[in-house]
Amino acid sequence: MDALILARIQFAANISFHILFPTITIALCWILFFFKVRFHLTGEKSWMAAYQFWVKIFALSFALGVVSGITMSFQFGTNWPGFMETVGNVAGPLLAYEVLTAFFLEATFLGVMLFGASRVPPLIHTLSTLLVAIGTSMSAFWIIALNSWMHTPQGFEMIDGVAHVTSWAEVIFNPSMPYRLTHMMVASGLTAAFLVAGLSAYRVLRNDTSLGVRRSLKTGVYAAAILIPLQIVIGDLHGLNTLEHQPAKIAAMEAIWEDEEGAPLVLFAIPDEDSSSNKYEVSVPKLASLILTHSLDGELKGINSFAPNSPPVAPLFYGFRIMVGTGLLMLAVAFFSAVKLYRQQRLPVWMLRVLVAMSFSGWVATLAGWYVTEIGRQPWLVHGVLSTSEAVAQVPASSVAGSLVMYLSLYAFLLIAYITTLFYMARVAAHPRTLAANDMNGRSIAGNADMLTGGAQ
Amino acid sequence: MNWISDDMLPVIFLGLMGAAMLLYAILDGYDLGIGMLMIGQPEQHRDRMIAAIGPFWDANETWLVLGVGVLLVAFPAAHGLVLTTLYLPVSLMLAGLILRGVSFDFRAKVNARHKRLWDGLFWFGSLLTSLMQGYMLGQYIVGFDNSPYALLFSWVSALCVSFAYVLIGACWLIHKTSDDLQIKAVRWASFGLVVTAVGLLLVSLTNPLASTEIYNKWFSWPETLLLLPLPLGTVALLWLMRKHLQKMPYENDRLNWMPFVLCIAVFVLAFTGLAYSFYPYIVPLQLTVWQAASAPESLRVVLIGCAVVLPAIFCYTALSYWIFRGKSTALSYM
Repeated sequence: MDALILARIQFAANISFHILFPTITIALCWILFFFKVRFHLTGEKSWMAAYQFWVKIFALSFALGVVSGITMSFQFGTNWPGFMETVGNVAGPLLAYEVLTAFFLEATFLGVMLFGASRVPPLIHTLSTLLVAIGTSMSAFWIIALNSWMHTPQGFEMIDGVAHVTSWAEVIFNPSMPYRLTHMMVASGLTAAFLVAGLSAYRVLRNDTSLGVRRSLKTGVYAAAILIPLQIVIGDLHGLNTLEHQPAKIAAMEAIWEDEEGAPLVLFAIPDEDSSSNKYEVSVPKLASLILTHSLDGELKGINSFAPNSPPVAPLFYGFRIMVGTGLLMLAVAFFSAVKLYRQQRLPVWMLRVLVAMSFSGWVATLAGWYVTEIGRQPWLVHGVLSTSEAVAQVPASSVAGSLVMYLSLYAFLLIAYITTLFYMARVAAHPRTLAANDMNGRSIAGNADMLTGGAQ
Repeated sequence: MNWISDDMLPVIFLGLMGAAMLLYAILDGYDLGIGMLMIGQPEQHRDRMIAAIGPFWDANETWLVLGVGVLLVAFPAAHGLVLTTLYLPVSLMLAGLILRGVSFDFRAKVNARHKRLWDGLFWFGSLLTSLMQGYMLGQYIVGFDNSPYALLFSWVSALCVSFAYVLIGACWLIHKTSDDLQIKAVRWASFGLVVTAVGLLLVSLTNPLASTEIYNKWFSWPETLLLLPLPLGTVALLWLMRKHLQKMPYENDRLNWMPFVLCIAVFVLAFTGLAYSFYPYIVPLQLTVWQAASAPESLRVVLIGCAVVLPAIFCYTALSYWIFRGKSTALSYM
């Protein structure tokens, strides 16, 4: 393999691993803030108990997000020097503002949020939680602004092959930015909601039916049920926006090879690049035109019209279906369990098991969605401005291969450790007296379980 | 900010980057130093050592992101050149940073049987990060030379930077802990001091020899006279620290902050010396700040942000250190 494809795989590996954790923490921090606010309003210890459990999950997820994010800031230089050399005047300030306004804010108040509860008044502690939540969301704002600009660049001029900004408002609020940002924020909300619901269901299955757990379960399920229809609408709007600015991406997502009026919606097929056609196609006539142009005979451009500047079809076609499929599954599960929970105040065992199985469903949909949009940007790094192959570093393929193997093994190890630790923490919280574990301070969790109920005053 | 000329902008950003890197070396330096010192300590001491850095390490590490961020934002050409040249040490350092950062959290949450494993990884991550940072500093000083002597120097630099981190980590422990752990920390600091002093001497000798340009900057009249406070000040500070460490801990824990403050002063002087050697180059003897800088209009946008946000960052960092002032207590989410 050449250095370009290795560098792309490495970047994909790093950013895929990284996004798993911000996707959880961005929204989880707001859920934690919600728990704290409910606690202040009602004075009920169960909200504090919910906070105490989830803040630990947050801490672990946040740490993984931070360290995998540091890798990203170096990757630009180690693997993609052409990116900053060409569009550094645009990307640089956006990244700088992310560090300045978001990273320091969240990192500093994280210390107070995690370990300062006994050192500051309760309201200041809740304020710290709010500041961390604002920090994580601001971070998402800046990085999504930059990423969206790479898809729909505007507000700049090229002078001697280097981009110079003419309008920062146009750069930041570029056409795809509002859609991508809301799509991602809601995706984070869904990921966190299903994680909260899933781990809480796991605790209920282990006979931990304390009020704090039931309230967490309810929070997760209801949040998911509210967010998922919203996400489907936003996703549709985002798709229409993409059709306007990056039609080649849509053509690949729908596996439409030739320009077509009244294009069918391909439900399943095996797209074949060599023959520019679909094998084993199952499709609904005219539906793609109806969804995308809101007219039965609307014309859709085919992939062949964009060659050679068109993305590969198969990963987009499959990725899009995985995302939508997961989303529909989320819709069914969230609605069904929300109605059940509302009517009967509890869920049947099989439903709890489904929720446990869906704990990380947000990851699947988020990753699939990002793969669609990012691979769909190829062969461009910045759409129409800079191609991916122009930006890659002249690092020997062997060096990239070496670092890639190192990262992949590290990430596999950490991912297994993360997931098993999350379920372990849920088990410990469910049965504090039978499983001895150590808390931050080295005392056993058993001792802390008493503090969970007693320490909330 | 129109009174700042376009030519001044790269210099300001060089200063900003240098300040961020120096702050990183001081702040995350003590985190990494403590991480390296954890090996072989009983569990109770390991918990205390972790507690001494718990509320701070995340924000400390952010200075590295700012430093590299400024390099990326203000000097994109240099960022690409430096980081592709240092590809492997950078990758290894990142692996070290990842291991260190996650182990900090995993060790407290996993099954007690696995805590040892994560403590081991915490130590290893801290060591790998420190060694690679020192190695890269060494490579930078010799101008990315690959001759056997240059590589040898880079490895010596890796060891010396690690010991400098151990020194400042031990000094932080003297301030944040008490009893037998504090006594241990005094011993660690005394040892770290000697190795750091040797390292500083080696770097000071090698740096001017790396090129005639740097040599002339140091050894010409009247610069030599004006620069004399740097080495003399460093020697005086190290000597003062040694005197204190020999008698510490004092009664009633008096002056427990002294070694840490002296250590910061040593870091600042050493950094000033290096900065003087290399200015105005951002890649030694290859690329000046003006050659590598981004467009002025972009730099201005970032500068405005820095002027507004950096004071706020200093304020809430100070607030955080104030909230967690005094001897570190057991870390608790309660």
